Amino acid sequence: MKKIILFTTSLAMASGAYAGGYRVSIQGQQALGMGHAGVAMSDSAETVFFNPAAMTRLESEQQLTAGITFLSGETIFQNETTGATADTDNPIGTPLNVYFVSSPEDDNFAFGLGLYTPYGNSVEWPTDWSGSHLVNNIELKAIFVQPTLAYKFNDSFSVGFGPAFASGVVDFNRNLSTSLVDNQGNRSNVTISASNVDAWGYNLGFMITPSQDFSIGISYRSKITLEARGGEADFENIPSSLVTVFADTTFDADLILPAELTIGIAYNLSENTTIAVDINQTYWSEYESLDVQFNNGAGLSSNPRNWEDASIYRIGVQHQLNEDLTLRAGLYLDKTPIKEGYFAPETPRNDATGFTAGASFKLAENLDLDLSFLYITSNEFDAEYDHYNQSGTEVPFGGTYETTATSIGAGINYKF
Amino acid sequence: MNSKTITISKLLISSLAGLSLVGCAPEFDNPVDDSSNFDSGSADFSNYVSVGDSLTAGYADGALYKMGQENSFPNILATQLKQVGGGEFKQPLVNDNLGGLLFGGQENPDFGNRLVFNPQTQSPEPLLGMPTTEVYANGPLMGPFNNMGVPGAKSFHLASTDYGNPAGLSADPATANPYYVRFASSTSASVISDAAGQAPTFFTLWIGNNDVLSYATSGGVGEDQTGVTPITAAGPDFSDYGSNDITDPTAFGLVYGSFVNALTATGGKGVLINIPDVSSIPFFTTVPYNAVPLDETTATTLNAAYAEYNGGLAQMVTNGLLSQIEADQRSISFAAGQNAVVIEDEDLTDLSDFGLPSMRQATADDLIVLTASSKIGALADEEDPNSAWGVGVPLEDGDVLVASEQQAIATATAAYNATIQSFADNSDELALVDVAALMSQIKDGGFNYGTGAVNAGYVTGNAFSLDGVHPTARGYAIVANVVMAAIENEFGASLPRVDPNNYTAVLFK
Repeated sequence: MKKIILFTTSLAMASGAYAGGYRVSIQGQQALGMGHAGVAMSDSAETVFFNPAAMTRLESEQQLTAGITFLSGETIFQNETTGATADTDNPIGTPLNVYFVSSPEDDNFAFGLGLYTPYGNSVEWPTDWSGSHLVNNIELKAIFVQPTLAYKFNDSFSVGFGPAFASGVVDFNRNLSTSLVDNQGNRSNVTISASNVDAWGYNLGFMITPSQDFSIGISYRSKITLEARGGEADFENIPSSLVTVFADTTFDADLILPAELTIGIAYNLSENTTIAVDINQTYWSEYESLDVQFNNGAGLSSNPRNWEDASIYRIGVQHQLNEDLTLRAGLYLDKTPIKEGYFAPETPRNDATGFTAGASFKLAENLDLDLSFLYITSNEFDAEYDHYNQSGTEVPFGGTYETTATSIGAGINYKF
Repeated sequence: MNSKTITISKLLISSLAGLSLVGCAPEFDNPVDDSSNFDSGSADFSNYVSVGDSLTAGYADGALYKMGQENSFPNILATQLKQVGGGEFKQPLVNDNLGGLLFGGQENPDFGNRLVFNPQTQSPEPLLGMPTTEVYANGPLMGPFNNMGVPGAKSFHLASTDYGNPAGLSADPATANPYYVRFASSTSASVISDAAGQAPTFFTLWIGNNDVLSYATSGGVGEDQTGVTPITAAGPDFSDYGSNDITDPTAFGLVYGSFVNALTATGGKGVLINIPDVSSIPFFTTVPYNAVPLDETTATTLNAAYAEYNGGLAQMVTNGLLSQIEADQRSISFAAGQNAVVIEDEDLTDLSDFGLPSMRQATADDLIVLTASSKIGALADEEDPNSAWGVGVPLEDGDVLVASEQQAIATATAAYNATIQSFADNSDELALVDVAALMSQIKDGGFNYGTGAVNAGYVTGNAFSLDGVHPTARGYAIVANVVMAAIENEFGASLPRVDPNNYTAVLFK
C-alpha cells in the first residue's frame, strides 16, 4: 500500500481529452466504475467533488480517498480525396483525485478538502501533418484544490459549498499557415506556453433524501476563466524577411472552463445493490472562440469555436457481493459540444459511449482498494473545420476521424 | 487481507490491464492507405515517360530548380505509381535550388535564378547567388530520362532535330533549347524521338501551352499564324514563326497526331492533358485595369494635359475620320480615386498622321500582365516627371492583352483542346485530363480538396508560383491527383492520392 500511496502522490497529473470537449470526467474511482455517476451517492469522500452536500451523509467520521488513473487514447484521421492519414501519438494521462472529509457524528457540519484534475487535453499529431495549420500538438492541464463546507439541515436536506482554486498549464504548437515555410522548406510554426494560470470558482451541492433508500443530488460547478497573460510565444522556422514580424514574443489568451450542472438520483434496489443515474449539462456555449493575442506582427489569432451546451447521460450500478468485495458497472452517453463545421483537431472528439467497470476490495478493517476501468469509443465519423481563415478566405479542413480511449485506475479509501 | 481477495484482485487487475491493451485501438473500416486497395487496372506503369513543356518539367518561380523538379507532377505521379507496379522515374535534375543556367560559365538574364517573395517590398525578387548548372559542359547528361519535359517547348519543337544541338544555342534566332541541350541523347535527337525511343508502357503528353502562352505573356506582340502556316507533304512548315506567335491549330493537330502515334507505337497507354485558358492564371489577373490612384489636384492637371488629345479626337469625329463611339472609347479622363491605366491599343483607328497616338484607358476587359505591375507609375523618362507609365505615357502593346488578342488566344486554345479531346475520344488507350476545367475552377472561387483549398490569387492563393504562370508544388500535386483520377476512370485503376498540404506553396525570402 505504501508503494501505491507514494506513487500516487509523486506523480504529476496530466490528462487526455476523452470526455466532452477538454473535460476529463475521471474524478473518482468508485464513481467511474458506475459510469461516473455519483451526484446522489454518499459512499465515499469522492462526494467533495461530486456533491459537497453529500459529505454530511458519510457513515464514518473521517475518510480519505486517493486515486490515480492511467488514461490512454488514440485518434486516427484520413481523407479519402487526398489520401492524407494521421494517427495521434498515445500519451498516457494520469488524472489524480485526493479527497478528505471530516464529518463529526454529533455535528451538522462537515468539512472537506479535494484535489482533482477535471480538465485536460493531450493530443500529439505528427508534426506537419495535413492539419498542422490547426494543431501539431497540445497539452492542457488544470488542477483544482477545493476546501469545502457542508451543512445538514435535517435528515432529508443538506447543502455543501466549496470555493475551488484552479491552476492551469497550456502548451500548444501549430504551423502559422497552410503554406508558410522558411527558405529551406521548413514549416513556420509557433508554440505558445503558459503555466500557473490561476483563477477561482466554486462547487455548490444540494442533497435531498426523501427516504433511506432514495436520494436526489444536484451540483453546480461554476465557470472558470483561466486568463493567461504574458505567456511565451516561440516562433520557429520563420523566413528571414519576416523575422521581425514574427519575433518571439508574449501572448494573452483566455481559456474557458465552463459551468456544469448535474442532477441525479441514487436508489437502493436491495440492501446490497444501488443504482445511480446522472444527467450532466455542460455550458460549453461559453466557448465561442479561441483567441490568442500575440504581441508582435502576428496580432490577433481568432479561431471560432461556437461550441454548444452539451449533455452527458450516466447510469451505474453497484453491488456488494460480500463483505470483502463490491462490484460496479456503468455506461454513459457523451454528446459532443462541437457543431458541424467547427471540428478542430485539437479536441478530436465526437459523440461517444463510455463503458465502465469497477470493484472495491476490503484490504483491512478500515481500508479499501478501488479499481476502475473505462473504455470510450466514438464510431468513425466525418467532420470538418470550415473556419480557418487564409488571406480572407475560409479554407476547410476535414476528413474521417475515429477515437478510442481506455483507462485503468486504482485508489485507496481509508476510514478513521 | 485474506488470500482469496488477493487472488481475486490479481485476476481483476490482470484482466483489466489486458483489456486496456488489446482490441481498443481505433481502426477505419476502409483505410485509404491500405495497399490492397490499389490496382493498376489495365495499365502498365513499369516504364512511364512524361512528355511536355515547363509544366511537365516542374518549372516554377521563373526557373527550373531541383526542388521544383522533384515536385513536378510527373515525379509526384511516378512516386504514387510505384505502389502499383511503376518503375524508377529518372529526371534530368539541375544542380541546385537557384535554378539559373550557365552558358560556358556565364550567367544569362533570360535563364536567371528562381524568384522568392519579399513581404517587405510585397514583390518577388530573384534569389541571389551564382548558379551551378552548366548547360553543356562535357556533353549531355546520361539518359534516358523518364521526364522529357522541356521548358519553353511549343508543340512543334518536340519534333525538331535541332532542338538539342548546342550549336543552335548561339544561332539567331536560337534553334536549340538549353534545357533540352542538357539531356538530349544526341545532337540530332528530338524530344519525341528520345521519348518514343524508350518504348514507354505509359506516358503523359501535355503540350501546346506555349503555342498560345508566349503570345499571351508577351502581351500579344506576336502574330496569330492561324490559317497561314504552309503545309507541305513533309508536314507543316514552322520556319517563319516568331517566338511569340500563336501556332496554327491545323498545324498543331498534325504534329500532335504524330506525337500520339510515336508514343503509342510500342503499345503503351497514355494520358493527354489539355490546355488551360491563359486568362485563368495570375499573370493576367493580378494587376487591375484601374491601377492608378490619384488625388484631385493630380487628376485635374492630367486632364488638362490630355485636353489636346481629347479635343483632337472630337475634331476627327467632326471630320468624319472617327466614329463617336470610338472617340468616347479613346477619350481620356481622370478623377480622384482609382483610375484606369492609359494603354496603347493597335486595334484603334490609326490617327498617327494627325499626331494622335493609338491610346485609350483600359477597361475591365483588358488584361494587364503581371510584369507591368512595377512599371505602372514608374517614369518612362527619368528627366520628365510627367512620363509615368500608364498615366502620362501609355503602357505598351506588350503590357496589355486587349480583347482581340484574348479572343485570338481563346480561339486557338479551344481548337487545340478539340484536337486533344478527339484523340482521347477515339482511343481506348488514351485518357483525357481536363486541366482547363481545373484551372477555371481554381480561378472561379477556388478549388477545395478536402484538407484545404487553393485559388488563383497571386502569392495568397497557394496554387501559382511567383512567376504567375506555373503552379507551386502544391498546385502540381493537385494536378497529379487529377491525372490519377483520369487514369482510374479510363483504365480501371485505383491509385493512392497525395495530400497537397504536404507540398510547398509560395516560398518567401
